Amino acid sequence: MTNPDPVSGSPDKEPATEAQEARTEARANPPAPAGDTERAVPATATRQPPAAEPRPTLGRLFLDNLWAANTVTVTVLAVLLAMLVGAVLIIVSDPEVLATYGYITARPADAFNASWTVVSEAYANLFKGAIFDPDAVGFTAAMGPISETLTYTAPLVFTGLAVALAFRGGLFNIGAQGQATIGVILAAVAGFALPLPPGVHLLVALLAGALGGALWGFVPGILKARTGAHEVINTIMLNYVAVYFLSWIIVQSGVQNPNRSDAISKPVESSAQLPRLLGDNLRVHAGILVAVLATWFIAWLLNRSTLGFELRAVGENPDAARTAGISVTKTYVLVMVISGLLAGLGGSNMVLGSTANALTPLVIAQIGFDGILVALLGRVKPWGVLLAALLFGALQAGGNRMQSYSGISLELVTVLQALIVIFIAAPAMVKAIFQLRAARAARLQTSLAKGW
Amino acid sequence: MSTTAVPEVAVTAVDEGFWTRARKTGAVLLGLGVLATVLFGALATDQQARFTLSETEGGAALEINGTVGAILFGIIAAAAGAALLAGVPKRWFTLVLGVGLVAFVLSFLCWQVSAAPEGRNFMPLVNVIRGTFILALPLIFGALAGVLCERSGVVNVAIEGQLLMGAFSGALFGSISGSVWVGLVAAAIGGAVISLLLAVFAIRYLVDQVVMGIVLNLLAVGVTGFLYERLMQTDATKYNSAPRFSNWEIPLLKDIPLLGPALFRGNIFLYVGLLLVLVIHIALFRTRWGLRTRSVGEHPTAADTLGVKVLRLRYRNVIMAGLVAGVGGASYTLALYSFTKNMIGGKGFIALAALIFGRWSPTGALLAALFFGFADQLATYLGAIGSSIPSQFLAMLPYLATILAVAGLVGRVRAPAADGKPYIKG
Repeated sequence: MTNPDPVSGSPDKEPATEAQEARTEARANPPAPAGDTERAVPATATRQPPAAEPRPTLGRLFLDNLWAANTVTVTVLAVLLAMLVGAVLIIVSDPEVLATYGYITARPADAFNASWTVVSEAYANLFKGAIFDPDAVGFTAAMGPISETLTYTAPLVFTGLAVALAFRGGLFNIGAQGQATIGVILAAVAGFALPLPPGVHLLVALLAGALGGALWGFVPGILKARTGAHEVINTIMLNYVAVYFLSWIIVQSGVQNPNRSDAISKPVESSAQLPRLLGDNLRVHAGILVAVLATWFIAWLLNRSTLGFELRAVGENPDAARTAGISVTKTYVLVMVISGLLAGLGGSNMVLGSTANALTPLVIAQIGFDGILVALLGRVKPWGVLLAALLFGALQAGGNRMQSYSGISLELVTVLQALIVIFIAAPAMVKAIFQLRAARAARLQTSLAKGW
Repeated sequence: MSTTAVPEVAVTAVDEGFWTRARKTGAVLLGLGVLATVLFGALATDQQARFTLSETEGGAALEINGTVGAILFGIIAAAAGAALLAGVPKRWFTLVLGVGLVAFVLSFLCWQVSAAPEGRNFMPLVNVIRGTFILALPLIFGALAGVLCERSGVVNVAIEGQLLMGAFSGALFGSISGSVWVGLVAAAIGGAVISLLLAVFAIRYLVDQVVMGIVLNLLAVGVTGFLYERLMQTDATKYNSAPRFSNWEIPLLKDIPLLGPALFRGNIFLYVGLLLVLVIHIALFRTRWGLRTRSVGEHPTAADTLGVKVLRLRYRNVIMAGLVAGVGGASYTLALYSFTKNMIGGKGFIALAALIFGRWSPTGALLAALFFGFADQLATYLGAIGSSIPSQFLAMLPYLATILAVAGLVGRVRAPAADGKPYIKG
């Protein structure tokens, strides 16, 4: 266990360049002295003549803090940057708009007007589909966008929590997709095969889904603990095993819908479906409540429980944790089981909620992979994950409207989501682009590099 | 695999006492052999299992009675297992293991082919070999991209994205220009763009490389999918009708009985891929560049001390990896199909598996890719003869094999020591 390269070997530490940058910048523009307890700049503090500057106004302080590279500012700027790149994509993929750029030197207004029209219309529809449509009349229409957003949010909360929890335990669970797949299979089978009264049936179906996910999480967990096999590789491989298993089981007799010849299972009975919250015309269902509950529970688990403490200790430094008497192997297995359980619940949401009521090969869409993005965007904190999932759910819901009203492919949402996370993951870059001050930059590091 | 993460468990009692790894492997192989003898032997029919040397049923063929073959090859597999269990010299290990596994597969094939319905109970070996190579081709390119990246210490999970971007830009620019060569260059550049993003974020901004790879895959899926729907679907003749490379027959070699038609009448990508394996293998283990790459991947601080420009070398290797993967992507759109959304469909991840299964070496990756390609081809073949084995389970085979390999059941795999760790000059 010799560590030849102490700096690169401990990635959780703030990288040297970052620290140096922070110091030089702090020297260049001396910080506001009062109110900024978060920033520790001892090197410059001594050189500062006491009370030489007038006390800054509240507004000035607010602006200072706003422009310091904190989590919220970087997130907002990342979203803006992503939408900017998205706008460029919309423009270059529209032949009509592109044609106006052919004579941009002659009549620049044409090009700008055409670009502005197509981009603003697309993003307006994104907003209307996700949050509120000013033209909507009546309760159902007004609540429609929010209902759609929450419907898409619920499963993402679960998979995001799954990935975030594993991250905190020092494991990179790329297998949320596979765990959700096994979860959705068991949930659906429990949903149509078991004759149970309402309520109990739902509970059993949810538990079955959670069990499936936990089982699929247990495998890489035990392999990691027993043989040291890297969980990234194993979870990627298990994702595909799960996908093939799903495509096999759908067409088995007893599972396949007897009235259909294509790959679709029997529908889940209504007794096992999550109740809708705002009437039958709006899709939002109780899954979102369970998601909030799960977020609360994971927040408690991580920050208040013994297991959470051990988990974080192992995640920060497995060697120190072992020395302190924590069983690293047991923790790894437990982390993966709980992580898989959450992902399994996310999968169950896809078939027990209003999204679908039967298994199809693509029943869980991308929720597992999106969960990785959600976890990173949420800075691997439970409530952060909830907010990130909300943003992603909104993008998804708005993207649907954007596709049907403006003809902008839904894939743009995937691009936006990936870009947002890229910008989030490299706070140093967002900082450089917008010349943000370097305060608290260490907190923004999402780097969890452990190598293979 | 990350020995630094869990040292207490990484050092299991694999190499201790009687139960060495060779003996454990032997025991497993013995079990498989016995299973093959009993189960496959019982299930096989008395029909002849024909392995024809051509593409059709007729012509020269290797023939064996189904039951006899299944039992015979099963016994060979069991014998190889028993030999390993009894203890053979270490240098014979790979050979004996190989013989055992091949015999197991042959036993399985004897059962399957002989049990196929009348008129379909033959296996055209030319088709199987050619299919294996065609299916393995993107894996070879992808795994080579992985070798270039990871040997210099940058984890490349973005292979999928690089292949996809290569396939897309090959199709797009090939269609617009109407030239295969422009398409090929564009494909390489397309792969390199994704690679460049990976390099900049991993090396300059120290973002977690696995995270970055996953996100880049999604970005590639999104961008290509978006442009596909906006451009290619609206005007397919203009944007999605790339010209294709025709097959090149190599004189003399094409007349070799079995291998000729299968291997030497392929398209440019097949030759380039095989050549690249050779070139990268020699470059990696026989040249100055290779030594530097490997040293940067194992111990960047030491390499830096000796004057190797660590970051520059990493940038260069990662971008080269993108070029290679981009060409791999073009092997779809400039030779076989027109572009469709997400057309790589997880091949990039199998390439990653091939890389790991092949222990981060070009030749190892080639063999692993061929094995995965064979499993893929076998699934297609068994589907065609109406086998009782669901094709989905055969499709799982590469993934399960990789899990076993990583878990140390088939042989310990070890990544380059500095793989995935950003280097910060101290």
